Amino acid sequence: MNSTILFTILSLSSLGVLSGIILFFIAKKFHVEEDPRIDDVEGVLPGANCGGCGYPGCRKFAEVCVQSKELEGLFCPVGGNNCMTDVAKILGIEVIEKAAMTAVVRCNGSYQNRPRTNVYDGTTWCKIVHNLYSGETGCSYGCMGLGDCVKSCKFDAIYISEETGLPVIDQDKCVACGACVKACPRKLIELRLKGKANRRIFVACSNPEKGGLARKVCKAACIGCGKCVKVCPFDAIEMKGPLAYIDFNKCKLCRKCVLECPTGAIHEINFPPKKSKPQPDPSGVAEKIENKDSSA
Amino acid sequence: MKLKKELKTFPKGGVHPADNKLSANRPIEELPLPQTVAIPVSQHLGAPAKPIVAVGDTVKVGQVIAESGGYVSTNIHATASGIVAKIEDVMDATGYRRLAVIINVEGDNWLENIDRTPDIKSEINASQEEIIKKVQADGIVGLGGATFPLHVKLTPPKGKKAEMLLINGVECEPFLTADHRLMLEKGQEILVGIRIVMRALDVEKTLIGIEANKLDAIEYLRTLTEGDVGIHVIPLKVQYPQGAEKQLVEALTSHQVPIGGLPIDVGIVVQNIGTIFAVYESIQKNKPLVDRVITVTGKKLINPSNFLVRFGVPTIDLIKAAGGLPQDTGKIISGGPMMGKALNTSDVPVTKGTSGILVLSKNEAKREEVLPCIRCARCVSHCPLGLEPYLLMSLVEKGMIDEAEKEIITNCCECGSCAYVCPAKRPLLDYIRLGKSIIMQRNREANQKAVQEARK
Repeated sequence: MNSTILFTILSLSSLGVLSGIILFFIAKKFHVEEDPRIDDVEGVLPGANCGGCGYPGCRKFAEVCVQSKELEGLFCPVGGNNCMTDVAKILGIEVIEKAAMTAVVRCNGSYQNRPRTNVYDGTTWCKIVHNLYSGETGCSYGCMGLGDCVKSCKFDAIYISEETGLPVIDQDKCVACGACVKACPRKLIELRLKGKANRRIFVACSNPEKGGLARKVCKAACIGCGKCVKVCPFDAIEMKGPLAYIDFNKCKLCRKCVLECPTGAIHEINFPPKKSKPQPDPSGVAEKIENKDSSA
Repeated sequence: MKLKKELKTFPKGGVHPADNKLSANRPIEELPLPQTVAIPVSQHLGAPAKPIVAVGDTVKVGQVIAESGGYVSTNIHATASGIVAKIEDVMDATGYRRLAVIINVEGDNWLENIDRTPDIKSEINASQEEIIKKVQADGIVGLGGATFPLHVKLTPPKGKKAEMLLINGVECEPFLTADHRLMLEKGQEILVGIRIVMRALDVEKTLIGIEANKLDAIEYLRTLTEGDVGIHVIPLKVQYPQGAEKQLVEALTSHQVPIGGLPIDVGIVVQNIGTIFAVYESIQKNKPLVDRVITVTGKKLINPSNFLVRFGVPTIDLIKAAGGLPQDTGKIISGGPMMGKALNTSDVPVTKGTSGILVLSKNEAKREEVLPCIRCARCVSHCPLGLEPYLLMSLVEKGMIDEAEKEIITNCCECGSCAYVCPAKRPLLDYIRLGKSIIMQRNREANQKAVQEARK
């Protein structure tokens, strides 16, 4: 009895030792040299594997960062500037900072603004509805509210509001990875500068039809009147056909266009409540904002 | 009339939806003109036509109002006389706004050179080339549903020769009876039309395929073709989707159309009954395609009917003429119940592609809960093209479009048999259609790129 146990233990442990020795030599022989910095870089990356940088996962992005000599064109939207500074420190190269971005929905066709003309009861997938027909309202360019963007978001930053039927983006959770931009079949979501104090102004309409037709189907449509273009002191607004577009790099958030827009298609986010009177001298405002810019 | 026990049909798959041919005994009636008609300039497959009339112009019925926008395109004609009121975007059956010419109707003045007498002209004077030119000018497209311009189909690509003409009198969609009535009422005209198309294609043999649920039409056309060596009427077993081109070719001739190919690859051209009648009117009567027979049907409708309708008439007018919209209408479908498309407004104008208007009650149009796939493979055994719909759906759902392309998703004819038989009520066809459209979009972009690079 005892001898059997002894024999088993001995044979198994000798087998283990033998395999250990063989594996040791094999590991030496076939050792793959890998830049240790890749592990370090991957360590400081967020590890979300969202693909927002354009590479399949954080590991691949770390490899690309280590291989490339400068960080031009390489940016992790999730980690932001802090993360990229850490990466640059590990690699000993210069960091290229980028302003924080966030997603905005360029449609304001809520239940109140855009009456439903028919009922869709099929597959709840925006892509399929877009492929089938114009949607439940008269607007064939607006949000269908079935939540392809919600499904695509890995950070739980989008939900469909029950009140309006439109997606709402939680700016604290949104990391600007761009997954929702790709998921939306009507290309309604855009990545824009998060803006100073998280303030943003954008045209919340994507209907390129003529003003009359657009207004007929949605109260909050951009009708292409061009008033905002005229009033903008910074040339930040241009007309793309009958649809206004605000260039976020030029916009100084003066809010003149918001007051001017007759349909309320231009949205402002995170501003204090509107004052009763419009702001004074535009040139003064411009100077002030520019000064702030240089100090920041 | 007695038929053989073993009738021809396609060998694989297919389903048997209830017939519901409610309007089979109702003769074709002409519908009175409404006050305005909206004629979309894109009623066919291919490039949209370009409007050549201006607002304020006076037009007569049969006058060209939009010129063909390319080779795969056709002319569009005024379907009512009057004054052009507007040229603007109008919601069409696809659910998107498309350009249309809107005419305020005044009287019913036709162009003088159109022969509107009911006499049958059976002598064919036009030559092969004249026929092809004339059908292009008269805006004739395949009226089976795909609306492919006829002149393209009558000109086989180089190196290919048509050997046989097949006439599609199957009408396998439940509810629809337009082709059935046309065969019964315009049988002689249709035979002349067949001879015209035979001359245009230079073929000697024609088979007319009719499903066995239309015995009166089979009998009538058989008596008309008695003693004719070239034209034969073949009764077919009732099976959906027999009217699909590839299935009809296989049912009638046992030839299999290759994957990604057309019937012309096996020397066959298929034409629909409605198209043949339009060819007759164009060549013999000089009448362009301005109207067609449309079945307006539904279990709750008071008078399911077959109407001869001018294009551009709003759908609601047809329903009103058939007894008005029932109280509990759930869906209005343009086409048949299997392949038709639900309309999102009843103002949609009827076009060359509208074969029927079906009004479904709320109960009939009800969707059932979608459950997970249980791998019963019913969709596989019912797919007439031998595809695996459950696999295609899950591939598209996961975004694996390349793999779906390898599984030949593009060969799907969208007959909907898979979704019809699925016990879990899965929307298989929705996903397959999405996958097909993504691949088509990709191919189009690749083509454009190639063209741009070639220009450089």
